[in-house]
Amino acid sequence: MKFVDEYRDGDVAQLLARLIRQEAKPDRNYRLMEFCGGHTHAIFRFGIVDLMPDNVRFIHGPGCPVCVLPAGRIEAAIKLVEENDVILCTYADLMRVPAGKRDSLQKAKARGGDIRMVYSATDALAIAQANREKQVVFFAIGFETTTPPTAAVLKIANAMQLTNFSVFCNHVETPPAMMHILSAGEAKIDGILGPSHVSTIIGSQAYADCCDKYRVPLVIAGFEPLDVIQSVLMLVRQINAGEASVENQYTRAVSKGGNKKAQSLMAEVFEQRPLFEWRGLGVLPESAVQIRSEFADFDAEKRFGMQAIATADIKGCICPAVLRGMNNPDECKLFGTACTPEDPKGACMVSSEGACAAYYSYGRYRAAESKA
Amino acid sequence: MSKLDIKNGLIEMGHGSGGRASATLIEEIFVRHFDNELLNQGNDQALFSIPAGRMVISTDGHVITPLFFPGGDIGSLSIHGTVNDVAMSGATPLYLSASFILEEGFPLADLERIVISMAKASIDAGVPVVTGDTKVVERGKGDGVFITTTGVGIVPDGINISGDLAKPGDAIIVSGSIGDHGIAILSSREGLQFGTTIESDSAALHTLVAEMIAIAPAIRCLRDPTRGGLATTLNELARQSNVGISIQETSIPIKAEVKGACELLGLDPLYIANEGKLVCIVPAEDAGQLLAAMHKHPLGQNAAIIGNVCEDAQQMVVMKTAFGGSRVVDWLAGEQLPRIC
Amino acid sequence: MCLAVPALVVELNGDSAVVDLDGIRKETSTVLLDEIAVGDYVLIHVGFALERIDPVEAAKTLKLFDELKAMDAEA
Repeated sequence: MKFVDEYRDGDVAQLLARLIRQEAKPDRNYRLMEFCGGHTHAIFRFGIVDLMPDNVRFIHGPGCPVCVLPAGRIEAAIKLVEENDVILCTYADLMRVPAGKRDSLQKAKARGGDIRMVYSATDALAIAQANREKQVVFFAIGFETTTPPTAAVLKIANAMQLTNFSVFCNHVETPPAMMHILSAGEAKIDGILGPSHVSTIIGSQAYADCCDKYRVPLVIAGFEPLDVIQSVLMLVRQINAGEASVENQYTRAVSKGGNKKAQSLMAEVFEQRPLFEWRGLGVLPESAVQIRSEFADFDAEKRFGMQAIATADIKGCICPAVLRGMNNPDECKLFGTACTPEDPKGACMVSSEGACAAYYSYGRYRAAESKA
Repeated sequence: MSKLDIKNGLIEMGHGSGGRASATLIEEIFVRHFDNELLNQGNDQALFSIPAGRMVISTDGHVITPLFFPGGDIGSLSIHGTVNDVAMSGATPLYLSASFILEEGFPLADLERIVISMAKASIDAGVPVVTGDTKVVERGKGDGVFITTTGVGIVPDGINISGDLAKPGDAIIVSGSIGDHGIAILSSREGLQFGTTIESDSAALHTLVAEMIAIAPAIRCLRDPTRGGLATTLNELARQSNVGISIQETSIPIKAEVKGACELLGLDPLYIANEGKLVCIVPAEDAGQLLAAMHKHPLGQNAAIIGNVCEDAQQMVVMKTAFGGSRVVDWLAGEQLPRIC
Repeated sequence: MCLAVPALVVELNGDSAVVDLDGIRKETSTVLLDEIAVGDYVLIHVGFALERIDPVEAAKTLKLFDELKAMDAEA
């Protein structure tokens, strides 16, 4: 696969890893937060952890849209589909995420809710066109990568004056979450592996304030394994030099200013939401978007008067701390016993990008290896 | 003159009533196409004598959306699926039964198309459908058609194949490229459509199995990695035999298009269904010869040794990645669904 | 986060394109991109082309990897 396979060369990985081992100073730690679940996934899937010296450690960040969506938003969607005659369209990623009271969209579907999995927001629009007698709601989640497609679809729906289509908007923004984690200072972070696909949209410059304000280096890193390892090397070099700037490893897809067309489309359809709750991070100001009043007819929260639902945290689950980079998944009492990918209690165990799911597979193998 | 309007007609409740309409349906569609001596006798059961050896029986329900897909349909699938389940014991499959649950309103033309395909698969495999049943459920209570097939076969003396017989040191062979069936199905599923030349690998594997056991009667395990894919089958075998399994990613045959579709949809080819492939565990000393024999059979041309059995009380399946790392290949959790993240 | 894969643009039809990924063909929206041409590689996410892959920049990264390999071979 072009632009994929070239970045999965195991020999080059060894050479890059050797440079990291040579350049990482033995008398200091390099605690690197990979913000994105995509990086978490790559780090585990390709065994990158094994290539790192002991003092270069990965701290997992909150960059998994499924993991940071609070249970109350899923409950609100379930309530919507069960109390109204609507078709709820969702990305499949959300189906198994635990809502409160051991519920999930998958269980609501089994109870008879008309919940349909879609590959794209445009498919939800097509379902609305094909079912004019029913209200169709698109459960939109994701960071800035996934927001422009939702914006595009809302614009089309508006132009078509489609009266039976609306969006339950849960799009969140990356830089505020990053700022929050750095300002809270709970997790000791020496460097950040910055988002790759989010950055194609918002551009590398979007993180400049983060780096300046908190004096932490950030390297925008592609999701292929060599991208990740090369970015680690770039971070180690910045840390050694006492620098704290934004660097871009993923230049083949990310520019300084990002995708202006996508940005203006987002700005046309969405506006800043004053407050939004993140699972694990709590309520963060100006960290998410909502649908502008010009498109209010397509806002499911307004159309159906959806109310915020507060849900209690799952007892014993430390997903919130994991998402803030404070704990490793295997420090959770539920990990691997009460909480498994088969029967997830916390959201981080559902998504293959969740730190807990990644640990579940690899942690067990590594534990067995070290025993042997 | 035909009493059924196959071109435009639909299944009605009466077709399952057991009365004249049922009889007409059976005669004009099922008996006509399955056409064999035992079925033609018109009894509620098929009577036959069995050769010496041990008998195996297996049953499989077939539900699939869409009913027709590149490389096959529910009809051919329902023959291959059960022939393969019987064959994975090392048996020669002898006879099949078929039970149809039809939904009211289902087009007779589609039913005939399915039955013709089924009859062809059964005749090609040399395993006739000798008895059957038809029921009709009200519109909305079925998904067009469900087909349950049951097969019987005879295992030759001296052959002992079972999922709990894998031993550390044994070699693991897969008979060809994995993931073709699942990707073909996905490519034609509503809302997901993508263009591909990939077709379902749906095929009856019993002739391949016969050649395999002729060369390597010491084969320990055979299983077809259907739902849940190769990963699930390997985990099942590891658990049943209380062993670990080690595989090499670079040795597993996967077509470029299947890889491409998986990257696009966020799926893992190891978990994608197959309907014409088998996994074989065999003592290492027999593996080379067996592989050579498999390569001579059209359904085993791309067979490859993908790893070996090892000792592991935790019964883990571990894969050496192409990149040089190792990762656990776990059981499939939930359903394999396209993902965005 | 944000699964996106590079695919080759093989056909353009107004606001959409057909992209090819090792033989897999998929209809993709191109409304997020200004200029797009057959032969471009684009990143596909949830049925939308997010950004073009810059072949010059990609080559630079790969050249670096090649240099590493060459240095290692010499050593």
